[in-house]
Amino acid sequence: MDGSAIKDALSLMDERGSGEGAGYVAYGIYPDFPDCYALHVFFDNIVEPKSKVDDLLSKWGVIVHQEEIPTYEQPRLKRQHIPWRYFFKPNKDLMVGSLTPEEDIIIKTVMGINSGINGALVFSSGKNMGVFKAAGWPEDVANFYRIDSYKGYIWLAHNRYPTNTPGWWGGAHPFNLLDWSVVHNGEITSYGTNRQYVESNGYKCTMSTDTEVVAYLFDLLGRKHELPENFIVKALAPHFWDEIDSMQPRERELNRAIRLTYGPAMMNGPFGIVVARSDGIVGFTDRIKLRPLVVGDDGDRLYISSEEAAIRTVDPDIENIYMPKAGEPVIGRVVI
Amino acid sequence: MSLGSVPLKYRIDIDRDQCMRCMRCVENCSYGVFRNEEGKLILNSRKCTACHRCISMCPRDAISLKERPVDYRSHSLWTGEAREDIINQSRTGKILLAGMGNAKEYPVIFDRLVLDACQVTNPSIDPLREPMELRTHIGKKPPRLEFKKNEDGDVDLITELAPNLELETPIMIGHMSYGAISLNAQRSIAKAVSKVGTFMGTGEGGLHESIYPYQDNMIVQVASGRFGVDINYLDRGAAIEIKIGQGAKPGIGGHLPGEKVCSDVSCTRMIPLGSDAISPAPHHDIYSIEDLAQLVRGLKEATQWKKPVFVKVAAVHNVAAIAAGIARSSADAVVIDGFRGGTGAAPKVFRDNVGIPIEAAIASVDRKLNEQGIRNEISIIASGGIRNSADIAKSIALGADAVYIGTAALIAMGCRVCGSCYRGLCPWGIATQREDLVKRLDIDSGSRQVANLIHAWTYELSELMGAAGINSIESLRGNRERLRGYMLDEGSLDVLQIKPIGA
Repeated sequence: MDGSAIKDALSLMDERGSGEGAGYVAYGIYPDFPDCYALHVFFDNIVEPKSKVDDLLSKWGVIVHQEEIPTYEQPRLKRQHIPWRYFFKPNKDLMVGSLTPEEDIIIKTVMGINSGINGALVFSSGKNMGVFKAAGWPEDVANFYRIDSYKGYIWLAHNRYPTNTPGWWGGAHPFNLLDWSVVHNGEITSYGTNRQYVESNGYKCTMSTDTEVVAYLFDLLGRKHELPENFIVKALAPHFWDEIDSMQPRERELNRAIRLTYGPAMMNGPFGIVVARSDGIVGFTDRIKLRPLVVGDDGDRLYISSEEAAIRTVDPDIENIYMPKAGEPVIGRVVI
Repeated sequence: MSLGSVPLKYRIDIDRDQCMRCMRCVENCSYGVFRNEEGKLILNSRKCTACHRCISMCPRDAISLKERPVDYRSHSLWTGEAREDIINQSRTGKILLAGMGNAKEYPVIFDRLVLDACQVTNPSIDPLREPMELRTHIGKKPPRLEFKKNEDGDVDLITELAPNLELETPIMIGHMSYGAISLNAQRSIAKAVSKVGTFMGTGEGGLHESIYPYQDNMIVQVASGRFGVDINYLDRGAAIEIKIGQGAKPGIGGHLPGEKVCSDVSCTRMIPLGSDAISPAPHHDIYSIEDLAQLVRGLKEATQWKKPVFVKVAAVHNVAAIAAGIARSSADAVVIDGFRGGTGAAPKVFRDNVGIPIEAAIASVDRKLNEQGIRNEISIIASGGIRNSADIAKSIALGADAVYIGTAALIAMGCRVCGSCYRGLCPWGIATQREDLVKRLDIDSGSRQVANLIHAWTYELSELMGAAGINSIESLRGNRERLRGYMLDEGSLDVLQIKPIGA
């Protein structure tokens, strides 16, 4: 589907935001470059920072194609950066001693650019997918990028009410690393603990916001530790000990092991989160559901939203709408 | 030439109008301050230690106490204490002994840390209405879990977890041996921890038979003297702790005077009656980190790998590197004891000058283990000068998994921190083996008071966590974002890895 319906759904919830940040991500939008990592970069100018990024990428692989991301001026949206995209193939022979050399090169270059090159920020780095975001109202950001011209099979969208870093394009959601994209409503009170955990596992937090740790946690637990999605959610929003104590032995042992091993990955504070990967999405809330989450399921399509109204905007005839329990994952898989 | 006497440390006064001559003070004072001479109450203030036993037992509040009633010529460098220490040492030619923790006026870092609370952007959580989890697991954790798909399509957990201690609160009671403290004191604490669902240390004093009923809540200690250690002792404990150092006296051993080694203590410690129990400064089978790793493994083998093994070290400058070495062994937890940590007896020069504060030690150990990517694989237990639930919350936010309290538990049983434990005359029946004094400590009320204290602090911790929008203790651990430093210098902020207030 193209991005028009998702734009309408998100714009319907304008009063949840403040016009200072909105964004979209779509999977399946670059069928011409399916094997390349699509790096979306905000450049402050295309002279100095860009030549540094070009150099760094050329060192670690081949830039198959690059161009400015087409944008269209909007009266209410002030352009702060030049959005650029690279289609990049890393040279995996250059990453010694890694089981996933391509991904590790991407992580290394993304973190290197974001923490080391002034005036450049990589905000999207997966294959055949891309994030589009800016500081502005949902409809303006959508029109700025003309997201209705992209066709994807998974869409996430987010409308921001910033308190910490208003007006910063990089602070808008979705956050992305490799295949993982995250939209997040909430504030993570365990951020200090989670940040230390991901940083001690080689990630660098550079976005001055708590949401990026969610992407890194999913990458660490999902890609590196190979946990299935429902176990990742069990680690991030675990069952209470009271519940675990009353489980059957096998189940109890499993949940206890997850809590002990992944204690520092547990996320506290109010949140509703949807994470996407090329093969599906997972949505969940904090353990006491301090933020809303509504699910719509029409058999072929899964919708997850903060508000039912947004789902009904996309699909007015939908019948199966429900609210999942606190901490319970809602998983949608892509069926080909 | 005669040095004469030094001025009185404390002066006791009796309000003679109030006094009813019941002579309770005479009976209660084990230091001999009060004398009953034919119905007349005679005082010798020089013997007073400010233990407050007489004051707390006086039915008429007739006794008052004044510290340093005699002035010296004031001088900011040559304090009264500095002058008296010199006078005493020139008289005796000996090392000065002292009890309790570091008494010097260093700034207390805990008091310069402030905690966080939530408002608006995230709601605070009410512990009365929502679950609040303080359950803490002390022990080795795997770096990651591995699963395998079975024939039914389910996933099986392949990773095996090492045995962990499960605590219902992150508060444990540290090692105070039978010998240093009385059996009644140890039994009171043992009863309290088993009631609350936490653990206590035996110290290097063996395990007395009357503690056996509480053995599932005991951490047995193997220290450099190896007193009381045999396979029965190791098997009975819930966990084993190797004591390398102590915050009150890093770098030196221990000394229990022969007078305190009564027949019961001698049996429990497995040493001759009346002999001095001297623990050497180092373990004479540990001269390197690999020797320590071998001892950890040896103890694990002896107990069939069923028990967590902790290693306790004093907080000194390179504590972080030592902890990283310990983390690489099979040890399950590293106990860090800060320089405020208590003791029955320590050379004063050590107590007051050697080691670093626990706050800095926790932060630097946590940071080092994080840098090496092994923080979650080992537990950190912090001890030494923890006075209230806020100190515990701050310790955990700096990176500790749990804390040991010592002095606080003694205060809950009557101790007034007079610091004369090494004299063996504790009138509260805590740091003494004199039968008539020990009897003063009732086990039921002692254990109730200690349990009350742990309960009270646990409640306060859940309130603090709830206010910070956190409903599980793991999310407080190492969460320095929730701390700010008040009037701390930049260097300290950097070591603690916290921001200043307002930032």
